[in-house]
Amino acid sequence: MPASRRRRQRVPAALLVPALLGLAFLVLPLAGLLIRAPWATLPQRLAEPHVLAALRLSLLTATLATALCLLLGVPLAWLLARVEFRGRGLVRALVTVPLVLPPVVGGVALLLVFGRRGIVGQWLDQAFGITLPFTTAGVVLAEAFVALPFLVIAVEGALRGADARYEEAAATLGAGRWTTFTHVTLPLVAPGIAAGAVLCWARALGEFGATITFAGNFPGRTQTMPLAVYLALERDVEAAIVLSLILLVVSVTILATLRDRWVGAA
Amino acid sequence: MMLDSRLVVDRGAFRLDIALSVAPGEVVALLGPNGAGKTTALRALAGLQPMDEGHIRLGTDDLTALPPERRPIGVVFQDYLLFPHLSALDNVAFGPRRHGVRRQEARATALDWLTRVGLADQAAKRPRQLSGGQAQRVALARALAVHPRLLLLDEPLAALDARTRLDTRAELQRHLTAHPGATVLVTHDPLDALVLADRLVIVEDGRVVQEGDAATVTARPRTDYVARLVGLNLYRGRAHGHRVTLNNLTLSVDDQQDGEVFVAFRPSAVALYAEKPTGSPRNIWAATIAGIQRHGDNLRIELAGPIAAAADVTPAAAAQLDLAPGRTVWAAVKATETHAYPA
Repeated sequence: MPASRRRRQRVPAALLVPALLGLAFLVLPLAGLLIRAPWATLPQRLAEPHVLAALRLSLLTATLATALCLLLGVPLAWLLARVEFRGRGLVRALVTVPLVLPPVVGGVALLLVFGRRGIVGQWLDQAFGITLPFTTAGVVLAEAFVALPFLVIAVEGALRGADARYEEAAATLGAGRWTTFTHVTLPLVAPGIAAGAVLCWARALGEFGATITFAGNFPGRTQTMPLAVYLALERDVEAAIVLSLILLVVSVTILATLRDRWVGAA
Repeated sequence: MMLDSRLVVDRGAFRLDIALSVAPGEVVALLGPNGAGKTTALRALAGLQPMDEGHIRLGTDDLTALPPERRPIGVVFQDYLLFPHLSALDNVAFGPRRHGVRRQEARATALDWLTRVGLADQAAKRPRQLSGGQAQRVALARALAVHPRLLLLDEPLAALDARTRLDTRAELQRHLTAHPGATVLVTHDPLDALVLADRLVIVEDGRVVQEGDAATVTARPRTDYVARLVGLNLYRGRAHGHRVTLNNLTLSVDDQQDGEVFVAFRPSAVALYAEKPTGSPRNIWAATIAGIQRHGDNLRIELAGPIAAAADVTPAAAAQLDLAPGRTVWAAVKATETHAYPA
């Protein structure tokens, strides 16, 4: 009976009211951002050198962090999805730790290991003269640390969803494990890797806590967009709003892309 | 003998333990019910299933410890597993490429194989654009393109509809006949096995219960599964000359035997009567009708009683006898219609 089914269903007020409040809670701050934006002076503000510098640094570090995550995360995801070994559950749990860890704690931990007096940092300093904290490379490291779990989880999910019997078919045709990985597994999970990379990039772009703790807040070198927003808020609210708007536009664009290309297709 | 193997896979509750030998050019069908271990055996031959014991020798080569990519095999999987991101041509070229053939040459080889299976015009298509029958032929071309010395096929026709199956079966038979290496085919369809294979190996519950050419296996089944497969009534009993004692019935048989024997007869050899028949010597027993099914142009009557048996009667005869489940009838089989052979 389509006619009666199309009749508006009665929604209990006890559910409807909190639902609408929740929606307002999510949308209102964003609307506030748009309402308070200094639209008239926007072009000039966008062209300010420190805004452009922060934006350029953010895009650069987020992209480098994503590349680093792909390099390390895809093999890690493959290991978790395809190789049975003792302690696999533990490794999987460890991988997800940065997801729930407050980023500031991550920054402190990075500092303890990669700092000048840290276990790895000391060695890097003495052997190669490389210092990571408070450098652009440090920003990339901090962002990658926080964003890597997003990539690993997305790619591992894609690998588990992909039929491993294609890899068996490849083996019977003479392909070794590496060739099978590059010629069969990677093409099969390419959409999953792309989705993971976008999530990873978005997370790296918004990274604040670990970055400010491990890399500090030096304009042009380690001051990314989120850091610039925080700093601007204390001196010039309008500048903070402009910077926030840019981040909002980038985030929404990514979400739209992700929906259309991967979420929608699946 | 080209392939000489003993395959043992122990999974606790289930144990596969079969010996399998195949001559060059020979096609052997592993036939058996679902869960008998046929596919496990095939995967063990391919190196995809680790073995607990046994050996696999192909000619003078010992394959037992080799990973699948180093075995001279070709596999056609049940659902083909064509790589979805590659064209039909590149699917077939994949094997030659992995065997060190250069790209252009591998593609030429692949096109040649696609031509042989009649799909040269579909070379650029992706697997999802191919019909079931076409995908099956691409899978066969892909497996043959590496010139395997051992060709393995897992239920190669199971995924096809009845019409496509008929054409594809004939085509597959042509290619299997032309294949110079050993071929092992897994199927649960007796027709596929009879048409495609030179020899049948019946696997039940992880063991080989019977093997031989189609004529022997169909004429002298040794298990209920095989008997049902070829449509025979099969009993095991003790023979003294022309008489075979079953649990609840003694049958007169034509063949003279002594000791443990199988007795087999066709359902069409069973005649049904409303009254106890008299006259020529034959085996007669009272039976209860347990079920009636269509069977081709006739009706197949399932009989309960001292022995479970199937009888084929014409619809006219069934109407005349007023056959219905639960009714008691007299079943009769002439001694000359039975076949007794040592168990």
